[in-house]
Amino acid sequence: MPVASSRSKQLDRKKLLADPIMIFAIILVMAFLLLFVVYPLCTILTQSFQTDYPNSLTSNGQKLTSLVKQDPTLADSIFYQLGDDCVNYANEYRRGEGKRDEAKMAELGARIEDALAQIEADPTLAEDFARAVSASANKANADADAEVVGTSADDILDLCNQLGVCYRNIDSTDFTFEVYISLFRSKKFLSVVWNTLKLGAISGLCSTIVGFLFAYVDVYVRTKMRGIFKVVSMLPIVSPPFVLSLSMIMIFGKKGLITYHLLGIKNANIYGMHGILIVQILTFFPVVYLMIKGLLSNIDPSLEESSRNMGASRWRVFRDVTLPLLLPGLGNAFLVSFIESVADFTNPIMIGGNYDTLAAYIYMQISNFDTRSSSGMAVVLLTISMILFVVEKYVLERRSVATLSGKASRVRMQIEDRSVRIPTTALCTLVGIFVIGMYAMVPVGACFKLWGKDFTLTLKHFINVLGRDTKPFTDSLYLSLIAAIITSLLSMIIAYLIVKKKFVGKHFMEFATMFAMAVPGTVLGIALLRGYITGIFHSGFMVLVGTSSILIIAFVVRSLPIGTRSAVAALNQIDKSIEESAYDMGAGSIKVFTSVTLPLISDSFFSSLVSTFARSITATSAVIFLISARWQLITPQIMTVVDRGQYSVACAYATIMMFIVYAAIALMNIIVNYMRRSRRVKEKKAVA
Amino acid sequence: MSNIKKGVRLEGVSKIYLDPKTNKPFKAVDSINLNIQPGEFVTLLGPSGCGKTTTLRMIAGFESPDEGEIYLGDEAINELTPNKRDTAMVFQSYALFPHMNIFDNVAYGLKLRHVPKAEIRKKVFDMLKLVGLEGMENRFTNQLSGGQQQRVALARALIVEPGVLLFDEPLSNLDAKLRVYMRTEIRRIQQQFGITAVYVTHDQSEAMSISDKIIIMNKGVIAQMGTPQEIYYSPASEFVADFIGEANFLKVQVDGVESDTVSVNLNGVRFPVKRSADAVAKGEEHTLMLRPEGIRVSETGILPCKVVLSCFMGSYQNYHVMVGDTLVRITDNHPVGRRIFNVGEEAYLDFSPVDTHLM
Repeated sequence: MPVASSRSKQLDRKKLLADPIMIFAIILVMAFLLLFVVYPLCTILTQSFQTDYPNSLTSNGQKLTSLVKQDPTLADSIFYQLGDDCVNYANEYRRGEGKRDEAKMAELGARIEDALAQIEADPTLAEDFARAVSASANKANADADAEVVGTSADDILDLCNQLGVCYRNIDSTDFTFEVYISLFRSKKFLSVVWNTLKLGAISGLCSTIVGFLFAYVDVYVRTKMRGIFKVVSMLPIVSPPFVLSLSMIMIFGKKGLITYHLLGIKNANIYGMHGILIVQILTFFPVVYLMIKGLLSNIDPSLEESSRNMGASRWRVFRDVTLPLLLPGLGNAFLVSFIESVADFTNPIMIGGNYDTLAAYIYMQISNFDTRSSSGMAVVLLTISMILFVVEKYVLERRSVATLSGKASRVRMQIEDRSVRIPTTALCTLVGIFVIGMYAMVPVGACFKLWGKDFTLTLKHFINVLGRDTKPFTDSLYLSLIAAIITSLLSMIIAYLIVKKKFVGKHFMEFATMFAMAVPGTVLGIALLRGYITGIFHSGFMVLVGTSSILIIAFVVRSLPIGTRSAVAALNQIDKSIEESAYDMGAGSIKVFTSVTLPLISDSFFSSLVSTFARSITATSAVIFLISARWQLITPQIMTVVDRGQYSVACAYATIMMFIVYAAIALMNIIVNYMRRSRRVKEKKAVA
Repeated sequence: MSNIKKGVRLEGVSKIYLDPKTNKPFKAVDSINLNIQPGEFVTLLGPSGCGKTTTLRMIAGFESPDEGEIYLGDEAINELTPNKRDTAMVFQSYALFPHMNIFDNVAYGLKLRHVPKAEIRKKVFDMLKLVGLEGMENRFTNQLSGGQQQRVALARALIVEPGVLLFDEPLSNLDAKLRVYMRTEIRRIQQQFGITAVYVTHDQSEAMSISDKIIIMNKGVIAQMGTPQEIYYSPASEFVADFIGEANFLKVQVDGVESDTVSVNLNGVRFPVKRSADAVAKGEEHTLMLRPEGIRVSETGILPCKVVLSCFMGSYQNYHVMVGDTLVRITDNHPVGRRIFNVGEEAYLDFSPVDTHLM
């Protein structure tokens, strides 16, 4: 028998080639993914494996400078100023992100060569120098370090040689593990990684427990509190990610409403791991709640009834039937929250205090001009997220769906037992009210003159925010809207190609799209920055940093996986013969897509439009590296205001932002409802 | 309206799939040769997994063959995409566009062909009348019954006047009564248009009642091709005989060959049967097929047997009898006034040579 279906593959390919628009769509999507997902991530990956010559130029230069500074009489030596110049050049080189200044290079090079030549011609020069340094260091023994004291002529020669190597190779790229070796030798970095993992695990665990409790009560227990559940699950979607941190500081901070003003605690400290933890749990558990709720309602009640029928107590039913069925789903929820926590940037920045997590630490380190080690840190962060993502996606997600694929055969008898009902409902209601209260703090806080000191009611913050400078608002709105449109269209196209078409590279397309979900915003931001600061491949072409495109791209890449996933789910709902029949009647691919597919998944299109808009306008981590004077966004603005301690102003910003997002969602609901209603009217007329 | 029909020809067409479990390639369709005449109603019939739907989908262009050529009329269509092929398909699930009303569904193909609006209107209304859906044009698909949806699907396919009409088990989602009604409707409309039709089904009675020609497929190959009568009375193999109706098989030895009968020997009993297989020689062992309705149980007859089940079914008496070691099922029609044999009784099977078929 011939090798499987080579001929049919050929024919399939020919048929595809006869369809230029489809080819165009595939190329377009591929180009997008390669340029804005694969290429930037590859850039930081390769950077992290390159010898950091600019960095060693800096460190060697600093060493030389510190040697000279040991003894004022050395000021007229040939080494004077050389160290500083080396450091300055390295900084300039980095500021230009890897563009060498030939004239400066030549000048610096000449001086280093000159110093080396002089030492070689007259070795006593270095000896004298070393002796002078050592002597002065000995005299000021208290603050001189051992290295300086033991300086020899050889060390001086070595240092000069090092400088020569560094400046000559400043833009060369040798493969090395240097970056990682030094990162993992750094105690600080290791503690940051440990912090991140510890926080992620605890936060994932707690979010899963709280989310599960809510889901269980919602599905299994007779309760009248479902309204609260709904509000709680909706709030994190419409709010920017740092809202809870903000209200946390306002309520429980040093001058917090409860801690200082009600309880009179003088030095309440909300900053640190416990602060981040509370905020993260409150942010992530609604997601878990929705996930678990979906799984729970898929459990066939007769499974539990049959266990009960055989004599099991309610607790045994829960332990022997419900929990085992749900276990993979719970594991999945745990990992999803874990990933979210690891990627979380804004909360650790705002409320973390001295507790540094990786995402926040990278941001603080990036201003140190140390390109390669920040790339290395980003790669470490990416690796952590990726491992979690792969386990979640390919091990747990599959298993959790496999055990619960059955549809509930009928309505569940909800638990009415007071001993179960009252405590669980009360607990959920308390948590729910607390969460709602936290969110409510934001608009409330915006109405006071100076939060923590002067509680006079005022609207001046809103007036100031809207009156002074509306650029962040208009820019945010404008860019998010464009991103929403691009994302929705692109995700529909990708979903269509993945679900309905056969072509080479399909698996790559699917993986690259979904993979973007595992990329923390911080990593994406750095990757796009590094990839496009001097144009693609440092070519000077496509210098996107500083333009609006890079912000839009960051928004799109962040939201694409979610849009695509919802579109894929919607497409899988459509019987494939519906499109085949349109195709069979003579419609080309584009016609099939626009006249049949798109109208059938219009709901998913609209929801991805709104969710991208909401995600984009509230996005912080990815864009904080990419904003420029020309394009400002609200979220970084809020971060700045919070940094200055102007909580009321921050609240005013956040309130307006929540209002905008909520208005967008309401608008979409109106449109979708209108479409449904007009269809219903037509249906009624048709029968009449 | 009906000089549009085209023939369909398949020459050595194969489709190879990878078995998802073993990851080995297997031929879902194996070197099929077919020649469907213009205007003919041909049914592909077979158990599930026999390759009939794959064959149909290759004609439509949704699957590409791994070997062979497919012709529509005189045109080789292997490289054409489905939308470029002059075929129209009626799907098992009807595949109506849920976001369009009935009028738009039926008009879809005409709109793609840029037919003027007024003409579309006229044609759609004519077509809806033909399939019995007048006045339904503004309804949406979810407001129609299964049978009505089926008619819309038929109308939508017919209206583009395709060279060949393809049916993929179109009636399997309907209840039994409607199924019988719709198949006569489909046959009526097909004959009215004189259109070529290829019809896939696993229901043998549907295939018999509707087709000019039946093609029985099994494991990717054609088991037999012929008119419904040929296939029923002269099946080429035990598989075909068993798939089309019920059949009893007896192993017999050929004793002698005459001009239109063959005399055979079973457990020492000699009797004449119809001469149907060509290469029959004395001394060979062959299989004799008897249809349950072609046999009577009586006190005198050809083969001695013992009754093991006797059951009154209204229009017939159902017997299971043992002939030697072989179980034979009999539907003895309209048994009123004749002797009914009870379980355990000895009797004889009686049949005439025309009711037999030697394979």
